[in-house]
Amino acid sequence: MRALYTALFLTAAVVACKKTDNKESGKESGKPDPASGTSGTSGTSGTKQLTVGFAQVGAESAWRTAETGSIRAEAEKRKVNLKFSDAQGKQENQITAVRGFIAQGVDAIILAPVVETGWEPVLLEAKQAKIPVVLVDRGIKTSDETLYATLIASDFVAEGKMAAEWMAKKLNGKAAVVELQGTPGSAPAIDRKKGFEEGIKANPNMKIIASQSGDFRRSNGKEVMEALLKKHGKEITAVYAHNDDMALGAIQAIEESGAKPGTDVIVVSVDGVKDAFTAMVEGKLSASVECNPLLGPMAFDAVEKAVAGQTLPKRQVVEDKLFDTTNAKDVIATRQY
Amino acid sequence: MSRLSFAATAVVLVLLFGTASWLYPGFLSARVIANLFGDNAALGIAAIGMTFVILSGGIDLSVGAVLAFTSTLVALLVTRHAVPPLLAIALGLAIGAAFGAVMGAMIHRYELPPFLVTLAGMFFARGMAFVLSLESLGISHPFYRSAATFGIPLSAKATLNAPALIFLVLFAAASCLLHATRFGRDVYAVGGHEPSARLLGVAVGKTKIAVYALSGTCSALAGVVATLRMGSGNPAQGTGFELDAIACVVIGGTLLSGGVGSLAGTLNGVLIFGTIQIALVFDGRLNSWWARIVVGALLLLFIVFQKLLARAASRRA
Repeated sequence: MRALYTALFLTAAVVACKKTDNKESGKESGKPDPASGTSGTSGTSGTKQLTVGFAQVGAESAWRTAETGSIRAEAEKRKVNLKFSDAQGKQENQITAVRGFIAQGVDAIILAPVVETGWEPVLLEAKQAKIPVVLVDRGIKTSDETLYATLIASDFVAEGKMAAEWMAKKLNGKAAVVELQGTPGSAPAIDRKKGFEEGIKANPNMKIIASQSGDFRRSNGKEVMEALLKKHGKEITAVYAHNDDMALGAIQAIEESGAKPGTDVIVVSVDGVKDAFTAMVEGKLSASVECNPLLGPMAFDAVEKAVAGQTLPKRQVVEDKLFDTTNAKDVIATRQY
Repeated sequence: MSRLSFAATAVVLVLLFGTASWLYPGFLSARVIANLFGDNAALGIAAIGMTFVILSGGIDLSVGAVLAFTSTLVALLVTRHAVPPLLAIALGLAIGAAFGAVMGAMIHRYELPPFLVTLAGMFFARGMAFVLSLESLGISHPFYRSAATFGIPLSAKATLNAPALIFLVLFAAASCLLHATRFGRDVYAVGGHEPSARLLGVAVGKTKIAVYALSGTCSALAGVVATLRMGSGNPAQGTGFELDAIACVVIGGTLLSGGVGSLAGTLNGVLIFGTIQIALVFDGRLNSWWARIVVGALLLLFIVFQKLLARAASRRA
């Protein structure tokens, strides 16, 4: 019997600890309430404080952490009560979180879907509860477009095109390009390839002489580049990589072969992560098209409009910028990811 | 003794739910309770099968992989091969049962450790899931569309959806099986002390094979429920799921050594698990990994508690 009491006491203690934890954070959340109660003085639209749930995939990459940071910062700026849930990379958890947001009666939900399929039942539930859902960074496959308010994401085709156009200008429309593709079948790999091909069409002297997958990884990028250098040697004048990591791997391979990346071989990639900027400052990487993770401002613009009952375009493109060796130095200090 | 640990889990569940209701407005609602059953249906169903296995003194590590395999198989059959959904589901359940039975037979016949046999089963089923499809497959079929909206309304906003209903019905049926049939008594006997069970005339081999077949069926059913919940089959889902199910069973007062425990306790364990998760969503500020930490702490607490109980019981005897 004594054992039972000890155990019950211990569990009670755990629960009590949790209680005080939550109470403290509860107080924090309590703060904005009086402000919104006075109404009109706070909040962006001058109405009640918005509560928005954000179902994030996880924190698997620097890119995603930057995205989360952007949404959190924007919520704070607009005095939105943000409910954040990290699904630890699992769709099951993400669905539970979205259903939890619905049960809680949030004003809107921001969802970064981990995979493209499997969202219809839960989004139908949100629709029935009249809660608008804003998708960020990845789309979903569905036959019913009314299930979400809008999708805010980069246009991968445009990214590829931008890289091609920059390369055409740099090399005066004449190049023998080696393409390092991303994971076969993934949306960014398909679209970045398509965009690049469109971008070089106007220049008949620009040719893709080889195109192989490096799986978005640095080590694979290096291996593939080594093999291609052996096969094509000095013929190669430019490299187009679907992401920075593969480009950085390729740069290593080029250096080891005795050539100079940036002068002998022009390297262009997509993503704009910090390491890419470092390489650009060193002159090894020639250009990188940024795939912008800072979606916060656009996401909350969309949320506010959707809550106000406005219809939004189904697709909103995040503007991506191209950085090259001339302007990388100015930006590198502010890069967080 | 099992009654005491059941009481302890019930107390923890009520405390957790009560605390969350007190902290978060809207938590104490029919909708949250209905969601608790719906969102944790797959976990609950797998935990029911796991309870039988653990009661019999074994363990089944293959449940998450079998779930993923079944969901992918059903999605593939319905979308790519135009198999009627109910037939695909029946086939998935049959494969799950057969898979479990084969593992059970190997464990019994060759006296292999369940941990290793089901670990091999986990790798096999997970691999097969990815052989079927490398990515998540969406199911668009009228049956699935109506299943997504089907449910028994509890109030204006709350409905018990199809997964929740399947979970509850299975729970009732499994409780009858465990607590009111000869098979149920045999499971306890085998897990309590296998040699004496054999002396008492229990068909140990048959019971063991049946227990793993049951767990395989439950895992497959959990996979079916996952397809209903998401309208898709994903070969990558349910990693680490078997450990969640084991945690729920142990928190529910079932001894890992077998012979002691109950399904009602497992239900408590599943609801505790779900309550922690949804409370964190309602909070929206704490890191969601706290769910793991709290479950880990509870798990440790409960096994210590059970040890103390067992010691107290033996001292009295």
